[in-house]
Amino acid sequence: MIRHHLSDALLMAYSAGQLPEAFSLVVATHVSLCDECRARMESFDAVGGALLEQDAGQAAPDAIAVDDASLAATMARIRAAGPVRRQAPPRRRQGLFPTPLVEYVGGDVDAVRWRAVGGGVRQAILPTARDASARLLFIPAGAAVPDHGHRGTELTLVLQGAFRDEFDRFGPGDVEIATEADEHMPVAEEGPDCICLAATDAPLRFSSFLPRLLQPFLRI
Amino acid sequence: MTADAGEGGEGGTGALEGEWVGEMLRVARHGDEAAFAALFGHFAPRVKAFLIKSGTEPAQAEECMQDVMATLWQKAYLFDPARAGVATWVFTIARNRRIDLLRRSRRPEPEDLPWGPEPEPDQVDVLVLQQESRKLGKALKELPENQRELIEKAYYGDMSHGEIANLTGLPLGTIKSRIRLALEKLRQSMS
Repeated sequence: MIRHHLSDALLMAYSAGQLPEAFSLVVATHVSLCDECRARMESFDAVGGALLEQDAGQAAPDAIAVDDASLAATMARIRAAGPVRRQAPPRRRQGLFPTPLVEYVGGDVDAVRWRAVGGGVRQAILPTARDASARLLFIPAGAAVPDHGHRGTELTLVLQGAFRDEFDRFGPGDVEIATEADEHMPVAEEGPDCICLAATDAPLRFSSFLPRLLQPFLRI
Repeated sequence: MTADAGEGGEGGTGALEGEWVGEMLRVARHGDEAAFAALFGHFAPRVKAFLIKSGTEPAQAEECMQDVMATLWQKAYLFDPARAGVATWVFTIARNRRIDLLRRSRRPEPEDLPWGPEPEPDQVDVLVLQQESRKLGKALKELPENQRELIEKAYYGDMSHGEIANLTGLPLGTIKSRIRLALEKLRQSMS
C-alpha cells in the first residue's frame, strides 16, 4: 500500500516535459508502481492536450500553415518506414525494478554495480543528464543512511524494505520529497535490506528551477 | 465532424466517432490514409503551433511536425480512447519529440500496462472520457486570463516559482477519476 505519492508540481512538470532526466526517472519508476499517480499524470497530459487543441489560433498563421505538400511528405516518411511493427505487449514484470529503472541499470537488482560508501551502505550512480543525478542506494536493515548532504531537492523512492526518518515511515513504492530545509536522518527498518532510488539536483553547476518549483507545495 | 460516421462492420464503432477517435481507430486498424489526412488537417497546424511556442525554430517546426504525425501513424495501435483523448495523445508525442530536440536528453517513460488497450473499447467509457476532456477544455478556457497564461507557460517551458504557486486551481478531479477507473478496468480484465 503506497502512502507517499508524487506531488502535483512534480507530476505536472513531468507531463510538461520540464523535469531533469534524473527526476523523470524517479517519477517514471514510481508511476510504474502506482496507478493513482499514473491517473494524475495522465490527467496532466490531458491539460497539455487541451492546450494543444485550443492554441492553434494564437500562433502566427503563416508559420503554422500546412498544405498538401506537407501531408504528402509525411505520407512519404510513413511509407519509407515500412509497415508498422507492433511491439509485443510488455510482459508482466518478474523482478524488483520497474522497466524504466531496468533500462538505466541494464538489468534488475543483480545487475547493479554497487560501490561501498561506508557503514555497510552501497550506492550505484546511474547515467543521466548532469542537471541532476540519480543513484541507487542499498542500506542494510537497521543501518542509518550516512549524511549525503543534499543541498537541493531530493526524491527518494523505496523499492525494497523500508526506512524511517523524523517525518514518517517509507515503505515499498513510497516516495519522500525533501528540500534542503529538511534535515533528516533516514534509518532502514529491520527486515529486508532497504533499496532506494534517489535523485537530487544538489551537485548542480547551474541553477535549476526545480527547488523553486517544489517549494510552494512543500511548505504547506 | 466526419462524413462516414456509423461505420457498420466493426461491432458498431458509430458511437466512437467523435473527437477524432473514429479516424484514429481507422488508422490503427486499417492504415486508412483518408482518416489520416483528416487528422493531419486538424492536428498538424496545432502541433506546429505547440512546437514554435515552446521554442522550436519555425524552420525546424515543419520537419519536426512531420515526424510527430508519422509517429502518430506508427503508434496508433497503442491509442486507448478510454484513457486519453486524441489531442492528449498527440500532445504526448509532440512533447516527447520536443524533449529529444531541445534538451537532447532521454525521457524515462513509465512501463506500459502489460495488457495495453482492449481491442474493443467500451463505448460508454470512451464517451464519458470525451465529456470529461471537453469539460477540462472548457474550464481551461474560462480561467482568468493571467491564470491561463501561467498554465501555458508551464507547458511551453517557461515558469518561475511565484507563478507555479498559483497553479493549484486546475480542475482535474473528475477526469482523473475516469482515467483511474479505466486503469482499474484494464487490470481487472486481465487478472
